[in-house]
Order: sequence, then structure tokens, then C-alpha cells
Amino acid sequence: MPPEKDEKAVHARRFDFSGLFFNALLPLAGMLVALLIGAIMLLILKVNPLTAYAQMVNGAFGSVSGITQTLVKATPLLLVGLGICIAFRASVINIGGEGQIIVGALAATWFPLTFRTWPGWLLIPSTLLVGFAAGAVWGFIPGILKARLKVNEILTTVMMNAVGLQLMNLLVRSVLMDPAVIVSGTYLAQSERLPEQAWLVRLVPKTLLNTGSLIAVALAIVVYIFLWRTTIGYRIRAVGFNAEAARFSGINVPFNQALSLTLAGGFAGIAGAIEVMGVQHRLLEGITSGYGFSGIVAALFGGLHPLGTIPASILFGALLVGGDKMQRAVQVPNSLIDAILGLVVLFVVGSALWSRRWAAHRQMAAAKNQEEQA
Amino acid sequence: MNDVFQLSVIAGILTSAIRLATPYLYAAIGEAFSQRSGVLNLGVDGIMLISAYASFYVVLHTNSIWLGLLAAIVVGLLMGLLMSFVSVTLKAEQGISGIGLYMFGLGLSSLLFKITIGTVKTVTGFQPVKIPLLGNIPVIGNIFFNHSLLVYGAFLLVPVAWWIMEKTTWGLRIKSVGQNPAAADSLGVNVDRVRYVSVCIGAMLAGIAGASLSISLLNLFQDNLTAGQGFIAVALVYFGGWKPVGILWGALLFSTVNAFQLWMQVLGVKIPSDVAIMLPYLLTIAALAVTINRVRQPAALNKPFERGES
Repeated sequence: MPPEKDEKAVHARRFDFSGLFFNALLPLAGMLVALLIGAIMLLILKVNPLTAYAQMVNGAFGSVSGITQTLVKATPLLLVGLGICIAFRASVINIGGEGQIIVGALAATWFPLTFRTWPGWLLIPSTLLVGFAAGAVWGFIPGILKARLKVNEILTTVMMNAVGLQLMNLLVRSVLMDPAVIVSGTYLAQSERLPEQAWLVRLVPKTLLNTGSLIAVALAIVVYIFLWRTTIGYRIRAVGFNAEAARFSGINVPFNQALSLTLAGGFAGIAGAIEVMGVQHRLLEGITSGYGFSGIVAALFGGLHPLGTIPASILFGALLVGGDKMQRAVQVPNSLIDAILGLVVLFVVGSALWSRRWAAHRQMAAAKNQEEQA
Repeated sequence: MNDVFQLSVIAGILTSAIRLATPYLYAAIGEAFSQRSGVLNLGVDGIMLISAYASFYVVLHTNSIWLGLLAAIVVGLLMGLLMSFVSVTLKAEQGISGIGLYMFGLGLSSLLFKITIGTVKTVTGFQPVKIPLLGNIPVIGNIFFNHSLLVYGAFLLVPVAWWIMEKTTWGLRIKSVGQNPAAADSLGVNVDRVRYVSVCIGAMLAGIAGASLSISLLNLFQDNLTAGQGFIAVALVYFGGWKPVGILWGALLFSTVNAFQLWMQVLGVKIPSDVAIMLPYLLTIAALAVTINRVRQPAALNKPFERGES
């Protein structure tokens, strides 16, 4: 094939809008089907699905507090999702988001409570960094086990979730326990409140929306640049695209897989740190709210692309907030949302077959076209 | 601390260990069928949850343990069909579709529980059945021969599963499809059908595992009843080298650690319960790290099969 034609093909692929359209449309169709099944469940529960879904939309977008709540919930989803993007691009499956969020939150609680005299300009960045580091360690352990001993990372990340959860339960009831609840005798499982200079600035008064959301969006751009504009990012994607070919071209496959899992853990760790520093201002039980799993959904929905994950996490943040509103308004437990999220995952990964076939079909057509031209 | 080494305590720990191995055995041996055919079903925990709910609900309303068990199996089958459709027919990435199945099972079981039952209730489930003669042996009788039928069933499943896998044409087909689907296909084996059947067998056994919790061991249902036991079961399959006997040892190791942990708490030995609960998980990680290179996994595990691709 003459070089100019080759270039043309590359050029054509870069502006493949119909492919993009198809990739965005399929997940949305999957979502729609999942919501339809949800509607059937609601009908069986004798709840009018239209009322329930209207309450959901209203709850998520109908007021300032709803919109800010949606963005607050979207933030950890985005951060976890960014880590998932990096890991999945290297074909490493990270199910460990929950544990990584927890240890990130733990570290981000311990650090400012220990260095409580530090000024905010120093304390906030270092706390975020410590949160990142803690999550990264939680990702590194499965990563190194996979790289060195070929231990399946799916299983180890799941186990690390349980270890992280118990670690939190242990610490929040002992060394990190709020002295106030010990004095008052309630023994609530919570930590002391962080010193005020470690709080992230609230963006809208009387809401929980904080600068953590801006940090998350900025990091999404950083991850995009990292994956598509740097050598390490290129290597990570090459490993995921074709591990065998990457190995033959001299890329250290296990190293890059361990690295991607470590980074994934780090981003989830930041999510935990922001939950503590921006939303709760202390460590509480149940701080993860299942974000470690729903972040996977957001990343998949966003096509495993850091920028695509931004709108996807807002969508799922809205679904979570709307689910809470629906629970209050029509007394449908918000577990319905978990079930719907599960169906969305099944449909999105299931529909990947069609988008692959569509891509193959288009490639064939393009090749045929070129042949005819020649 | 002296109490710990009394015979009665040791007997108590062993009795609990045998009982607690039950859900692991059903779920992990089921998962072994699925994985031997090349499908990693990570949704075992979700299947266990929804089946545990179904069987509990049926027993609560009909008082029939057998109908409850049937409900668990049927629900397991339905979940298995869903998993096979997505993972085999639509050739989805199995690790992720399994997580989807888990989230679906977790969410749906919690939703149905909150709406149809609401508060934690108990039922009369499978009762211990003492085996004549053997059950009368001092100490040993109580440890091994005084359990509910579901517990005996779990241990009987080990030789049965071994026999199916190693001695029948079906077992050979399952293994060939998991080892080299293209070769199996060229010899006229219907790869997709074998995988459907294997995943569904696994899912039905996961269903029984769920029922063994809600209508035999605990006799209650609550949110997230399994607390991740399904994931440990998946790990046990790796640990056991995809062989029923290996899985049996793994399950017993786990249930013994668990039983020990529970008894320590009962006896008031001063170790934080959080550390104790953490132990089995740390043990799993260590066990996986030690054993993973010893046995080869099915070559086509986690790889969807498409005709004419390789």
C-alpha cells in the first residue's frame, strides 16, 4: 500500500464521528433498556414508574441542592472511573475501588489530625497526596502480585476490599475514634473532625459542593494527556491493546500492568480523601457508598475514556441522588438503583460485541473501497 | 486462654468448620464447572444473595424447605442464563459482566427484602439429621455425622463432581471447551452450548449455596447476607487448582479459620473482631500467591470464543 493512502486511512480514523456516535449510542440504549426493566419492577411493586422516574429527575436536577448533590456524588465516581480507565486500558481489571477509597480516606483523616498546626496551603495538597499514596499502595499490592507471581488481580483486589473495610472498622473504633464520642459515651464509629484549614472550599453556600469536584475534572484532563500524549501512557495502552505485540516491541508488560493498577488505586484514594476533606470533614463508616463499584459503571459508560467518564459520572451521580429522592417520595428502596446499575453493566459489556462487529464491518468496507479506487 | 484447648471447644470448632464449609463447597464446585468450560463467573455472590432471598421467602410463606430449595435452584438457573447470554452469546468481557451480575443480585435481593419482608425474621430451615450408628460415636459423631442434609450434600458433591469431570463424556467436553475451544469446535462439540450448560450448573449450585445460608446455617435473611463469601468461593477455585478435591481442602481451611475466629469471640479471647474477620481474606491473598503457579488454569478461561478467530 502506498504511504499516502496509509496516511489517509489514519486520518480518516481520527475523525470517525459515526464510530463515536455508535459508541455513545449503544451505552445509552443499554441504559434505556435497564430503566425499562426497572420500570417493570416498579409496576410489579405497584408504583407508577412515570411518577417514580419523574421524582428521580426532579431530585437530581430540579433544584440547586439537587444539582450540587449530583455533582458531589459524581466526583468520587469520576475519580474512581479515571483509575478504571487507566487499569482497563492496560487490560487489568480493578475491582478494588472500595478498599482503595477507604484507605485513601483513612490516610486523609489521620494526616491532618496529626499535623493539625500546618497551614492550609501546605496541609491540603499534602493530605491529597497522602490519600493518593495510600490508595496507590492498595493497588500496588495486587499489581505486584500479578506482575511477579501472575496472581489474578480480580480476586486480590476483591480481597483487598474486605481487608480495607476491616482496617477502617478497627481504626475508627480505636486510635482514630473521636474523643468526643468516648466522653459522651455514645461510641459512634467516627473520627474527630478535621482541623478547618484542611477542609476543601465549598463552592456554593449551604451545599456540599466543593473544590474536590474541580480537582477531579482537572485530573480527568491530566489522565487524558497522560494516556494519549506521553510515552508511559502509550505503553500502558499498547499493553492492553495487544500484550504479545507490546512484549515483542520491548515493552515490560508486567511492569506496566502493575503501574496501571497502582495509579488506579491512587485515584480511588484521592476520591476517599476528597470525601473526607470536602464532604464529611471526618471519617464515618460507609464512607465509600459503593462508589468503588459504581465508578466501574461510569468508566465503562464513558467508553473507558477519561473525558467521556466526566458526563458518565454526572449521569450516574444523578441516578444515585434521584434514587434517594425516589426512596423518600414514593417509598421505593434505593436498592433499585443498584440493581439498575448492575443491568447497565451487563448491557454495556454485552453490547460491545455489536460495536466490534460494526467496526470490523466498516474496516471491510473501507478496504473494499480502497481496492476499487486502486 | 486455657479454655481454648479443651476437647469440647476443639470439637465445637471442628463442628462449626464442617457446617461453614457448606456454602463454599457448593459455590466453588459450581464455579469450577463454569471455569473449566472457560467462563469466569464473578457474579457468584450476587447469585447466592438472590437465591438466599428466594428460598427464605418461600420457606417463610409455605413452611416447605424443599420448595425453598427448589426456588433457590430455579433463581440460580435464571441468573446463570443471564450470565451465559451476556458472556457466551454476546461474548462480553467476563470479569466485568460478572461484576454487573453481582451488583444486580445485591441490589435486587436488597430491594425485594425491604419490600416483601422488611425486618429480620427467622424461619425453621433444614434441621440436623443424625446418621444412625456413626452419629453415636462419642465426639466424632457430633463433629461429622450430625448435620443438616444440605451439609451432607455439599460433601457428597465433591466425589460426584470429580466423577462427572473425570469420568464422563460431558466432563471431557467441558474441559476441552475450556482448554481449546477451536479444536473442540472442529470436532463437532457445540462450544456455546457446553458453556451455557456449565455456567448454569455453576449458577444452580451457587443458588444452593445461598439457600444453605438462609434456610440451613443461619435461617434468616438480611441485606448482603453472604458478605462476600461468593468471591472467596471464586478464589477457592484457583486455590484448589480447578479440582473438586483441591476445593474441598481449601473450603475446609477457610471454614476452620472462620470457625476458630467465631469461637474465639464467643470465648471472649481478646483479639479485635475486625482483625479476626480480616484473617480469611489475608489468607486468601497469601494462598493465591503461593499456589497460583503450581497449577495451570484452563487455557481458554476468560476468553470468549468466536468461530474463525484463531
